[in-house]
Order: sequence, then C-alpha cells, then structure tokens
Amino acid sequence: MRSGSRSSRALLYAACFAVTLVVLVPLYIAVTGGAKGMGQLLSEPLGLPVPFMVTQYSDLLLGKVGTYWRALANSSLVAGASVAIELLVCAGAAFALARLRFRLNSALYNYFLLGLLFPLAVCILPLYLQIRGLGLLNRYWGVILPQVAFQIPLQVLLLRGFFRSIPKELEDATEIDGYGPLGFLWYMVLPLSTPILATSGVLTLVVSWNNFFLPLLVFNSNAKFTLPMGVMDFMGEHMTGWNLVLGYLTLAMIPAVLLFIFAQKYIVAGLTGGAVKG
Amino acid sequence: MKTNARTAALPTLLLLIGPAFILFTMLVVVPVVQAAVYSLYRWNGMGPLTAFRGLQNFVTLFTNATFQKAVWHNVLIVIVSLGIEIPLALGLALIIGRSDFPLAVFFRTFFFLPYVLSEVITGVLWQFIYHPQYGLVKAIVSFISPSAPSPVLLGNPHITLWVIMIVIVWKYFGFHMTILIAGLQDIPEELREAARIDGASNGQVNRYITIPLLRTTLQISVFFSIIGSFQVFDVVWAMGKGDPVNAAETMVTYLYKFGIQRLNIGLGSAVAVTIFAVCLVFSVFYQRTLMREER
Repeated sequence: MRSGSRSSRALLYAACFAVTLVVLVPLYIAVTGGAKGMGQLLSEPLGLPVPFMVTQYSDLLLGKVGTYWRALANSSLVAGASVAIELLVCAGAAFALARLRFRLNSALYNYFLLGLLFPLAVCILPLYLQIRGLGLLNRYWGVILPQVAFQIPLQVLLLRGFFRSIPKELEDATEIDGYGPLGFLWYMVLPLSTPILATSGVLTLVVSWNNFFLPLLVFNSNAKFTLPMGVMDFMGEHMTGWNLVLGYLTLAMIPAVLLFIFAQKYIVAGLTGGAVKG
Repeated sequence: MKTNARTAALPTLLLLIGPAFILFTMLVVVPVVQAAVYSLYRWNGMGPLTAFRGLQNFVTLFTNATFQKAVWHNVLIVIVSLGIEIPLALGLALIIGRSDFPLAVFFRTFFFLPYVLSEVITGVLWQFIYHPQYGLVKAIVSFISPSAPSPVLLGNPHITLWVIMIVIVWKYFGFHMTILIAGLQDIPEELREAARIDGASNGQVNRYITIPLLRTTLQISVFFSIIGSFQVFDVVWAMGKGDPVNAAETMVTYLYKFGIQRLNIGLGSAVAVTIFAVCLVFSVFYQRTLMREER
C-alpha cells in the first residue's frame, strides 16, 4: 500500500477485520455452545462456557448419544472410494485424450466437456430410478458411482491440460527403453503429476464430503448416513437440546477444517485451475 | 501437439477411456436424455411409460403458483449474488489480492473457510443463530432494546428467504474472492504501477486498469454464481425445507418434493428440464451481453 492515506488504510483494515468477525463468530458460537449448559446458552450466546461442560462432547464421542463415529466412518468410506475411483478413471481417460492419437479423440473430449453443462439436479430423477433399478438404494455404491460420474468432466479437463504439458522428450525416452503408452503413463506421467493428482483428489474429496443431495436420495437408514445427513438427523431428534446439536456440529466440522488447513493449497489450486484456466 | 501424439492400439484405448466413458454415459448423459423424455409423460416411476402428455406437464408447472414463486425466489437469489456477493468478493479481492497488504494471507484463509464447510452444517448452524430464543440475533436485539419481542426470522414467511440469502453470501463470497484473486495475480503489476506514476489514484487504477483486465475472471465468477443460484437446495433444505408456506421454495426443492417425495416423475422431470433451460439461457445471455460491451 504505497499510495493512499493512513486513514483510508485504517478503513480497509477495519473492513477486513469486520468481515473476519462475521465469518468467525458463528463458528465460535458452535464450538463454545457445545460446552455450555442450556441455561447459559439461553442467557449468554457469546460468553465463554462457564462452567465448561464436557458432557455433551464426551457423550457424543463415546457414542452415548448420536452416531458421530459411524457418520464419520461413512463419510470417509464414501469419500475415499470416490477419490480412488475418480483418480483411476479420470487419469486414464485424460492421458489417452492428451497423449494418444486416435480418430475420435477430439469428439470424445468434447463429449466429456458437455457434462459441464449438466447440473446434478437435472439428472436426479432418472438417476434415482436407475439407482433403484440397479438395487443400489441404501448402498454406498449408489452414492459413490454417480458422484464420480459427475466429477469426470471437470477432472478430465484439469488432468488433460497438465498431461499435455509434459515434454515429448520424456515420452521418447520411455519409448527407447521399450515401453509403450501404458509404460509411459505409469513410469513418467503419473510420478510427474503428483501435484495435479493431489489437487484433483482433494477437489473430489471436498465435493464428496459435503454432498447432501445424493446421500439424501440414496441412504434411508441411519447406519449409512454421512456427516451432513447425520447432522440433519441429529437435529431432528434433539430439537430441544441445542447445546448437544452444536456439539455435534462442531465435531462434524473438525475434519473439514483440518483438511482445509492441510490442503488449502490444493483446494485453491483446484478451484482456480478449473475455473480460470479452463 | 498433433505431431507429439502417437497412434494407439484399440485395447489400450478401451482400457484407458472405457471406464470413464461408461460411467459418464450411464450416469450423466443417459439420465439427462431420460429426464427430457419423462417430462412428456405422466408417470410414477413404476411400469411402462404410456400416458403421453405432450407439453402438458410444462403447462401445469408454469401455471402453478408455487412453482412461479420458486422461480422468482431463484431469480432473487441470482440478483443478490450478482448485486451483493460478487461486489463484496471483488472489493475484498482488490484489497487483499495485493501481496504488499500485510496480513493478506491471514484474511484470505479466513474468508475462504466457510466455503469448505458443508451447506447442511452451515444451514443448521445459522438456524441456531436465527433461533428466536437462543440465537445471536435475538441476543443482539435484546441488548439494544431489552423489552423488544423475540425476532422471528426463519419462521416469518416475509423474511425467510432474505435471511437464508445472508447465509448464502456468508458461505460463498470467499469462493468468488479466491477466484478473483487468482485472476488478479495474472495482471502484470507494471501496468498499475505505470498508471500510478502518471498520477492515477488507487480508485482510478482499480476503475480503469484492474477491473477491465479482470473481466474474464469476473465472467467466470458470474457464471458460477448464476448456475449455482439456480440450483440452490442444501442450504434451504437444512433451514426449513423451503417452508413456512413455500416462502423459501426454490426450483430444486420443488423438484425434490414433487419428483422424489410424491413420485410424480413427469412433473419433476419438467422442472429438471426447465432448470437446465434457464441455466443455459441465462449464461448464454449474460456472456453475450458482456462480450458485446467489450467490442
């Protein structure tokens, strides 16, 4: 800020801190609210929890109320499988579209890109009937497979762009060593692409972790519920125990916040790589 | 890159592209086509498709007062997104997008944080903030005027939608800000520096140099914003399922209620086709008018 007066700079800071406050206060309320008694929750929504009541958090963590660990495990399972399948399927397709010559190459690429136009909501009813027809209602696959399918256009776009930028000389080198395209993919492209693969994986992870629409459609027993479903279900059952609900919310937020802290670089790269360079 | 590519054998191609092709076709393309077909029938999802109704589902839909309300709500969400969310994101991006602004990284991190929380968690959290007895808003109101009655926010059909929109802005401004900051970083600092040497103020540099050069990124942001606004579901569902009295109904909550809960597949598919058409028309129209302005 070389130019601009001191007072206008102070104003900009004040604005930024105000926005920070608006972002953080709701989160603060959830974290502290989970450790308050109902009486204090009613009288002092902003105060620190006095006395600090561990019971809500410990009951939730020990499984005395709610099914936090179950929901966490379900979310992890669905997200883990989605990321693994997405990477496998999209890396292969993106590699073929980026590095191999065949007649339908650009037609196929455009076919995948078409998917960027279709929001999930448009397909949801036929998808529901299909999932039901395949017997995948209330099964993990019923969420995992459609979720991956809807990620394909963006991920193929992202990965193909990166794979194209790998120098031809490296391809020649693997060819001289006697490897075909699959050898090139395995020994050169994939090891060189770990940053973009991480970006792509983290993006799918976030989408899967926060997905609500598909699990709402597919899962009907709370043994299968993922965290967002678990939160809705728990709120429905404990309408009067808001301190407990806030505790559950806080516990449900922790994995996402941790992921954000450790993988922020990849999340931002995925967003802006997909958005700006696409 | 044509010369760099090599001709591939069919088995290799099938192995590499086959899985993506099958998944994408089966679970994205086919359902889109099916939705278009189903929208022409009366059907409950069981048995054969026989009751062909032509465009009757669309007529029913467009004359339905609740659906009209839902469409209007989506339009309002678009207006708020473009009128409040994006300008806020742009303003913040211009302030903290500059690397010489101290604490820029700190602010960027916190502003982006709400975006990684799930919409459902966000919705439930704000339901508490708006709670007439426990909520923060109530605490603020009674701090200012202790005798004032408890504010009813989500339960009051006149304002439900507006308080939900606050949550939408809260959750998404950081996403747009992040995209805009990435765009800002592609603009050479020399251009702005040169303008400053010529005596332009910060405001003038932003107005005449930075924002015009940011146009492409802004278009992308606007595009995401419009498409997202027409598909709002999770937040609304988590904050009262579009009720009371359909006060926050959106096209997708309507689709869910009729298509899934009542298994009126024909009418629900007509909603889906409408959402798709609206998204397409809006984004094409918006991109066109922006492009024209550019020439």
